Amino acid sequence: MSAPAEHYTAFTRLLHWLMAAMILAMLFIGVGMVASISSAHEVLIAVHRPLGIAILLLVLIRLANRLAHRAPPLPSDLPLWQRLMAKASQVLLYALMLAMPLIGWSMLSAGNYPIVMFGAVHLPAIAPASPALYAFLRQAHTYLAFVLFAVFLLHLAGALFHGLIRRDGVLASMVHGPGRKEDKH
Amino acid sequence: MSDHLNAPLDPSTHSPNVAPPQKDPQTPERQNRPKPGQIAALSLIGLILAAIAASFAYVAGWLTPQRLTASRFVDALQLNNGGIYEGYRRAHAKGVCFVGHFESNGQGVALSSASVFAAGNTPVIGRFATGAGNPHTPDGDVPVRSMALSYQLADGQVWRSGMNSVPFQIIGTPEAFYEFGVANRRDPSTGKPDLAKQQTFAATHPELKRFSEAMAHWPITNSFANSTFNGVNTFRFIDAQGTSHNVRWIMKPQAPVVALDKQALDRLSADFLSIDLHQRLQQGPLRFDLMVTEAQPGDPINDSSRPWPDDRPTTHVGTLVVERDIAQADGPCRDINFNPLILPKGIEPSDDPILAARGSVYSESFNRRLREEAAAHIPPAAAGGRP
Repeated sequence: MSAPAEHYTAFTRLLHWLMAAMILAMLFIGVGMVASISSAHEVLIAVHRPLGIAILLLVLIRLANRLAHRAPPLPSDLPLWQRLMAKASQVLLYALMLAMPLIGWSMLSAGNYPIVMFGAVHLPAIAPASPALYAFLRQAHTYLAFVLFAVFLLHLAGALFHGLIRRDGVLASMVHGPGRKEDKH
Repeated sequence: MSDHLNAPLDPSTHSPNVAPPQKDPQTPERQNRPKPGQIAALSLIGLILAAIAASFAYVAGWLTPQRLTASRFVDALQLNNGGIYEGYRRAHAKGVCFVGHFESNGQGVALSSASVFAAGNTPVIGRFATGAGNPHTPDGDVPVRSMALSYQLADGQVWRSGMNSVPFQIIGTPEAFYEFGVANRRDPSTGKPDLAKQQTFAATHPELKRFSEAMAHWPITNSFANSTFNGVNTFRFIDAQGTSHNVRWIMKPQAPVVALDKQALDRLSADFLSIDLHQRLQQGPLRFDLMVTEAQPGDPINDSSRPWPDDRPTTHVGTLVVERDIAQADGPCRDINFNPLILPKGIEPSDDPILAARGSVYSESFNRRLREEAAAHIPPAAAGGRP
């Protein structure tokens, strides 16, 4: 326990916190825009589409980065069930980060919508126009967003548990680089 | 959570709130007892999670049942329709698809940089409809008709537009529109709307009188082909210099206007409008001129229940050519959301609150009916939405 904890690289930490902010924003934008009947609806939807595509691009970079760099090991004294929870929630987060933008994109394709990014810039359809496909993807987009929100809360709870109660350096390994005072003991 | 509290503490941390780790295996009850600092930390974690979850629920509208959301608006439409007609639009349910093209004459370029206004042709998927929410309503019973268009621009952009045969909206805000629906809802016991509720609403909404007076003189024609369709809401056309023009538009029929003979309605088919359309299109295409009117300073931009004076400058920017009608049941317009906020570069929405509400309400209606189509195993429409 006295060895300095291994930290995530600066690039990994940047990707993590950037995407954390983007994904949390997306969840709130998504759930807010479908309910709103004010002009906020259109403004939010105009942000939602390009932000989703940006997340899709970033998650591809992040997956490559994750495969290239091993994550710092969890503390050796962490109970097995917590170890499994941490792994499972991270796999689920990656899967949803990848799936949600792809579902959104194919859902708009199946529903005969143009996939507008900004101005005249738009993406091609990636799925055939089909009511059955649209209905399935549209509902999947909502329910998986709720799953993503729940997993995000679980992930945050785990991070805070490590940071505030166990104080085992797991949260610190994603918050800052090695070399801070508290790691040098 | 007792496992959490058992977790050993990292000795490398030096918080005064945290005791050193318990090492004595003989005293497990001491390990189980949470430290005050841990209780505070756990409460803090719980509080943070609860605050985020509550914010999410609030933004979704789950904590405010009185707030008018798209879903509640569509629920209200369904109530006023007297039920759900599965697979049909929640408003203007009875319609017929058509395909054709828009011939731009190039005059619109001065107002908007949208490529649809450059001289040339743009393919169009469209829909004529009558205003009732019940798709089985006879055509003669519905004074309001509509035309919806999806211009499929050459570069893949799309412009959607929903136009109405009435010259302006009956009500200026979605909240008032919702209340209007409540006031007009049939009482299940009498089968009729409550007259007192209607009078109370009319007394507080003078725009209703303006609308009924205009409607009294508004010609109801005998065909979709000779009806005038009004864009109703104000949009902003952005020209190549970036200048914004507040505009409204109409689709003006080239076919001669013939008033509907109301005495003859009994002899007409319940579907006379689509039958007439089909017969006319057998003879050749139908044409409508797209006329764009620019506001003068002081004209109401964000209130579609208030018409503009008649003398405003109007530009003929092109002609819609309706070529072929296709039944709605498997036509290319069936699975299109004619959300008037789907706009190409060069056209932007105004601050009109009715226009904003149309965006989310149309989408909610679209989601519901496509879910119903999927449940009924309806296959994709014949021609699809893309040309």
